[in-house]
Amino acid sequence: MAHRRSDGTGNLPANFRADVSALQRLLSRRTALRQLGLAGLALSAAPAFAEDIIKLPLPSDPRERPLTHDFAQKGTMILQRTRPPLLETPLDVFDRGVFTPNNQFYVRWHWAVIPTSIDVASFRLAVRGHVNQTLSLSTDDLLKLPRVELAAVNQCSGNSRGFYEPRVPGAQWANGAMGNAVWTGVRLKDVLDRAGVKAGAVQVRFNGLDEPVLPDAPDFKKSLDIDHARDGEVMIAYAMNGEQLPLLNGFPLRLIVPGWYSTYWVKMLNDIEVLDKPDDNFWMAAAYTIPDTPHASIKPGQTGVKLVPINKMVPRSFFTNVVNGATLPAGPSAPLRGIAFGGDSGVAKVELSIDGGKSWQPTALGKDHGKYSFRQWQANVSLGEKGNRSFMVRCTNEAGDVQPDAPNWNPSGFMRNVIETVQITVS
Amino acid sequence: MRKSIIAIGCLAAGLLFAAPAWVQEKSAPNIAIKSTSVELPAGDNLFPGPDADAINNSCLACHSSEMVLTQPALPKATWEAEVHKMINTYKAPVAEKDVGAIVDYLVKTKSRD
Repeated sequence: MAHRRSDGTGNLPANFRADVSALQRLLSRRTALRQLGLAGLALSAAPAFAEDIIKLPLPSDPRERPLTHDFAQKGTMILQRTRPPLLETPLDVFDRGVFTPNNQFYVRWHWAVIPTSIDVASFRLAVRGHVNQTLSLSTDDLLKLPRVELAAVNQCSGNSRGFYEPRVPGAQWANGAMGNAVWTGVRLKDVLDRAGVKAGAVQVRFNGLDEPVLPDAPDFKKSLDIDHARDGEVMIAYAMNGEQLPLLNGFPLRLIVPGWYSTYWVKMLNDIEVLDKPDDNFWMAAAYTIPDTPHASIKPGQTGVKLVPINKMVPRSFFTNVVNGATLPAGPSAPLRGIAFGGDSGVAKVELSIDGGKSWQPTALGKDHGKYSFRQWQANVSLGEKGNRSFMVRCTNEAGDVQPDAPNWNPSGFMRNVIETVQITVS
Repeated sequence: MRKSIIAIGCLAAGLLFAAPAWVQEKSAPNIAIKSTSVELPAGDNLFPGPDADAINNSCLACHSSEMVLTQPALPKATWEAEVHKMINTYKAPVAEKDVGAIVDYLVKTKSRD
């Protein structure tokens, strides 16, 4: 199959390992020199420097970002913004396992007023609105309800926005605004049933403890249709990979909406409001809307398109053990591997091309952790001849949706899922 | 005929497994949820360079400067739209007299026009 490629590096995946090591060396030295210049020889004896730099494979500058260790309960993260925090997961984390460690799970907040201290004894989750009985639930109350767990990918609507061409404003993520975890908690349905949803309910709105700095700015709230909220899958999580959530990932409670973009996964959830009319708040009616077109794609500048709230995720797949620009030795067997997810249905297959999309071969899928989880893929390929190759990987989900050959475009930079390509030199 | 058999099969499976198969009921030991207190970095770096007074005074209440500094070069019209979105939608406290200076700074540092 012919593959349409845009020019330059715009379609190339973020894969950082080679960049990190080389750039860390280079820039640590640069940092060292700068610090020497400022503070003299005393600092040169310091064993490590607080700040390293990663170079994201974005299509244009600025590509460099600090690697930060300055955020509580977080390990090494790519710093996109300090306040409110936008922290990206380095892509090599995804090569180490199908679940993303809590301390390297990406972080994204809209508003800067984020409680930094949460007392579990006084925390309450309100359930109110179009219900028979208003509830005020402690975490202990939730722990007594039937416990469920599921593995699910959490992905920012704008993951990979930095690869958009033409470029669009917004957080300039590479591919690391996503993660996969086992979420433990209670079914939203069970909580709603205890409150008793009244006839005529149409949506359920979710709010967290975060607030805008300016009082007139729109508080971040999201809503789901009542049938979705009661589907038995949407849950209120109090644990992530077996431990309580990091504060920056939504401690103590986070809404889990399997298969849907993370904008609905409200963090620090403390208020659930059953509505008897559709939610028209800014974050549903205006923000996080997409063109109602295939792949949410329009031409740059195109207007007059119907917009709908963003919703289900779409399939994606990535290389995790080769980086763009890597050199591999010629030979009969080179191991390639990565991760995939199906979006709102499971991974049916992951295919690999080592000839720029002319031919595709199957890959072996790793353990199935459920339809909403990352799934690892691997293949051994023969790299017989020397030369430059384009390696490509594409996922088809169980609903039959396949990653597109060409990148989508919309002015918000949402829902990118073009087939990923890495350029490899065989020597 | 085949369809009805499948339908009955699905119904039976539905009765056996009230929850979707990928949602697992757990009776594992309790997970402790403990009060948490953290400190977050201030994120108070200023925008660099000359002519940054307006953007420093107007934009840093809500977000640190990296929000802007990580952006690619964008057309002037995009920057004008961004500044007005901040004012009109997100209620940024920007004096009308400062709008021009903020857009100028953005265009100077982040424009491809």
